[in-house]
Amino acid sequence: MDVLQKVNLIFKDVLEDDSIVITRSTSSADVEQWDSLNHIYIVVEIEKAFHIKFKAEEVQNWDNVGELVDAIESKIQVNG
Amino acid sequence: MMDFGTLRKQARAIDKTSFRKIKVAVLGNYATQFLSKSIEYSGVKASYNFDLYNADYNQIESEILDPTSGLYAFEPDYTIISLSSFKLLDKYYSRSGEARQSFAEDYSTYFRNLIGTLLSQSSTKIIVNNIEILNDQVYGSLFAKVKQSFTFQSYLLNASLLEMSNTTDNLYLFDLNGLIQYHGAKNIRDWQQHINADMPYSLDFLAIISEYVTAFISAFAGTFKKCIIVDLDDTLWGGIIGDDGVEGIRVGTLGIGRAFSDFQRWLKELKERGIILAVCSKNEEKTAKEPFLSHPEMVLKLEDIAVFVANWENKADNIRSIQEILNIGFDSMVFLDDNPAEREIVRQNIPQITVPELPNDPALYLDFLINLRLFETASLSSGDKDRTAQYQQEAERQKLRFSITNMDEYLKSLGIEMTIESFQTLDIPRIAQLSQRSNQFNLRTVRYSESDIRKIIADQSYYTISLKLRDKFGDYGLVSLITLRTTDSNNLFIENWIMSCRVLKRGVENAVLDHIKGIALKNGYKLIIGEYIPSSKNVLVKDHYKNLGFTQSEDVWHLQTGAQD
Repeated sequence: MDVLQKVNLIFKDVLEDDSIVITRSTSSADVEQWDSLNHIYIVVEIEKAFHIKFKAEEVQNWDNVGELVDAIESKIQVNG
Repeated sequence: MMDFGTLRKQARAIDKTSFRKIKVAVLGNYATQFLSKSIEYSGVKASYNFDLYNADYNQIESEILDPTSGLYAFEPDYTIISLSSFKLLDKYYSRSGEARQSFAEDYSTYFRNLIGTLLSQSSTKIIVNNIEILNDQVYGSLFAKVKQSFTFQSYLLNASLLEMSNTTDNLYLFDLNGLIQYHGAKNIRDWQQHINADMPYSLDFLAIISEYVTAFISAFAGTFKKCIIVDLDDTLWGGIIGDDGVEGIRVGTLGIGRAFSDFQRWLKELKERGIILAVCSKNEEKTAKEPFLSHPEMVLKLEDIAVFVANWENKADNIRSIQEILNIGFDSMVFLDDNPAEREIVRQNIPQITVPELPNDPALYLDFLINLRLFETASLSSGDKDRTAQYQQEAERQKLRFSITNMDEYLKSLGIEMTIESFQTLDIPRIAQLSQRSNQFNLRTVRYSESDIRKIIADQSYYTISLKLRDKFGDYGLVSLITLRTTDSNNLFIENWIMSCRVLKRGVENAVLDHIKGIALKNGYKLIIGEYIPSSKNVLVKDHYKNLGFTQSEDVWHLQTGAQD
């Protein structure tokens, strides 16, 4: 499973909606439940799932799922 | 260890619609949304339907000082005030050196006033945490010599909160600092969240906090542990008594014996507090009792054990017979056994009972059990330590019942003496406790705190009745309470009628009814009105008023007193 698919599963789980389909261009404006509170929980679950830790500043700066996925991938590569 | 995701999943799998609703408000000096969510989830797991009010960010003061605030409109049963030490540190840093010396004193005065305001306008119970001790290491280990250090002031503030809770009705202190000590300050934070979202604790640690806060609230609501059933061989002592003999078992100051002695001493402390100890062991009874009688280093003695069952029957069946003697719910029992197979059998047969997964190494039993924090309680009374003797007496009574077949004759042979009176000041702790502990014989499941009882005693529109009972085997103490409320000059409403199940079938209900009639007649009330509100546990008294001769009138029950105008 690639990173985007794995992130999609986390979105479904955290936002409790199995119909959510995200793409690289999806932003928080496109997903109703993706508010600042759920964003916190999504970040926690992503960090756990990929065994990574984001810097405080990055978490605030993603404009869409693509940038989030890139951040994950850059960390997995460093860790790997 | 609980984490937020697991907590949420567990709660989501449970249908809470039939659970009792309890209103919980959360105020904090940081972003508390996830704490509120966690508490809601923990409530569902504890079979309560928590209705949560999460105050806006950092609004403790305005919620309490403004009488038109959302908090007062919500009318919470419980108000949780969650204080982050980081916020206190900010306040502290903003002071000059001189003013820092009085930081704790000033903050506790301010806080005491807030609490006083809230309690004067609401009947809520307040749970506040003691503050996390932070050492900013500015003064290092010299902090105790430096009165204005934050660490010094933190300890002072905690001492102040301790004293406040000790002397203020309805104010309770949650030992957050103790919980942090156990988990370690390194493991409770997500610094990224702290910086970005003003959340001093990680989601997972909030889930842990909420589990324990909920256990405390549940104790108030009537869900708490009353009894520990313990296995013997390799649980209460090391070794097998049937094989090793009294000299061979391990208990005492030497080697692994110390672990068992420490464990026994803790059980004895719990027993003194009012937890009932029972033994359930696969052994010959005589052999199993030997260490209690003759091992010099056994901490627990036979008189500490309320019910002693040692035989070769299935443990689930034995636990059922212990439950019959004690007459308490399985959900208030904890079963401790070193053998995983026995634990599994008991779990499968009696799912309501709590069966901790004891560690392999007996050296770890005590720490493991302590940190499960299973034994929350909402009140204490001086009668608690006599409970064991009372259950031992009950076992004796049951023997007598087998030998006498006629019930009236049996009651006469018990030599029952009852004392019926209005609530006495000295009995207030026991009365509050009985209202919180009783689930089965509890007509409307109205719970009273000590301060509620004091208000009722002072309130002219109430009549109160307490009943104490003794018989030739011993003293039961205060076993029943009734609160009667005047609704108008003709009607007397039974606000609640509670009785300890230990005195079922002793004629107590009829004696109480006679007394209620006496009060009604003397004061000219024509009608006594009773009501049964079903709960998940009080089906026992479904026909209580019918059996006492009341007639049903819509949802309530009526009894004419015969009083004339």
